Amino acid sequence: MFRTVKELIEITEKEEISISEVMIRQEMDVYELDRQSVMDRMDQHLKVMEDAVEEGLNGVKSHSGLTGGDAVLLQNYMRTQTPLSGNVLLDAVSKAVATNEVNAAMGVVCATPTAGSAGCVPGALFAVKEQLNPTREEMLRFLFTAGAFGFVVSNNAFVSGAAGGCQAEVGSAAAMASAAVVEMAKGTPEQSAHAFSITLKNMLGLVCDPVAGLVEVPCVKRNAAGASNAIVSADMALSGIKSKIPTDEVIGAMYRIGKQMPSAHKETAEGGLAQTPTGRRIERELFNQN
Amino acid sequence: MKFKSVFDVIGPVMVGPSSSHTAGAVKIGRAALDLFGKPVETVQFHLYGSFAKTYKGHGTDLALLAGVLGYAPDDDRIKSAFNHAKNKGISFSFVEENTAIDHPNTVRIVLNDNQSEMEVVGVSVGGGKIEIQELNGFQLNLSGNHPAILIMHNDRFGAIASVTEILAKHEINIGRMEVNRKDVGEEALMTIEVDQTIEEHVEQELRSAKHILRLAKVMD
Repeated sequence: MFRTVKELIEITEKEEISISEVMIRQEMDVYELDRQSVMDRMDQHLKVMEDAVEEGLNGVKSHSGLTGGDAVLLQNYMRTQTPLSGNVLLDAVSKAVATNEVNAAMGVVCATPTAGSAGCVPGALFAVKEQLNPTREEMLRFLFTAGAFGFVVSNNAFVSGAAGGCQAEVGSAAAMASAAVVEMAKGTPEQSAHAFSITLKNMLGLVCDPVAGLVEVPCVKRNAAGASNAIVSADMALSGIKSKIPTDEVIGAMYRIGKQMPSAHKETAEGGLAQTPTGRRIERELFNQN
Repeated sequence: MKFKSVFDVIGPVMVGPSSSHTAGAVKIGRAALDLFGKPVETVQFHLYGSFAKTYKGHGTDLALLAGVLGYAPDDDRIKSAFNHAKNKGISFSFVEENTAIDHPNTVRIVLNDNQSEMEVVGVSVGGGKIEIQELNGFQLNLSGNHPAILIMHNDRFGAIASVTEILAKHEINIGRMEVNRKDVGEEALMTIEVDQTIEEHVEQELRSAKHILRLAKVMD
């Protein structure tokens, strides 16, 4: 099993295979499964992501009423006007938002790597799909590549806001998506690693400060930022830009920052946006507390 | 290494919004139902800590009830669990408790039918993982580091052997095991901590083993 991104990239070079292929073969080895059953299981997860986006684009509302409907606004805006940030980017944003609105409304999602960050990977995937026209297998490979990087982060650092802040949760999700976009766009494994690094570096230090402790404000919009960050960083890596700091060291930095982060900024709703006058008012109104 | 599968990262499939307050809550409700072993008529949920404060926003109430209805964490009927319970004639209530407790995501579930009552204390420890800490006031003393199962069985010779044989056959190593009974020949309880995850087919085999009455995964 690969433990670091360095080891992962070395395997791709030695065996002359893609990152997704390394992840597929490892899953087959560890669980003694044939290729078909590994691909079939990922296909089920991809279907869940497709259904969640569709549901979100039709419009949902959360139980608290704090989130829902923004994915619809974005799609309407794209239909009637020319988005300044371009169609691919705004499509990724709307699909990331759609997924997290469904999550907030108690719909079914696939955690990638968590429920609160479930929008970044499918948002980026379904947006670049419109331009790259991948086969079904290439879409599944996108998820294995994202999974390979998430696997390293999970085993060497953390991916939950409670453990390491939003940088660990949406930061990791966005970086995973970025690496996968590069592979789908026919970039090299090394470029995937650079894209991952660039994305995560740009989200270091991000705190987890959910209003009223709910996975809604600002979580839904943070996924929008994550999905767009993923695509921009992928373009940077594909252009030949390299991360000066190696990927495993960026993950190490994220881990140390998460460890040093006060607990008020790790999903406790005791700091940041949760403790603004409006954040506190919303919490009081929802839970009838003083 | 903590995580071995790509599906730990791209997954699980679950109903949102929170792995600890929603997915974990469904699993606790489901474990309580499995231990009760028959349809429930009345159920009361006593909520502590963060569960008591934020249960409405996270749908923890719907999730706990959905578990008691036998649903899995990815079942899209979870959000309408109240209606499903009413249609089945199950009466349910939620009590917000102020008592200080070790873990913020704790619930005490009291299940009833005509004949019997059972009380279970469960904790959602994060990431959708759960622990059942108490059964009818009896502390289970699980280490919290390994998957665990509870097996209610008839206090007869061979009952324990039938379980350990199945675990051995599937190369599942027992790390710790405890057996308790109310009285000679009556219902007894095995608490088993294992090193590997107990998969669905092994669980089914254990359920149908000799003298086994009920089984619940209390940590996975």
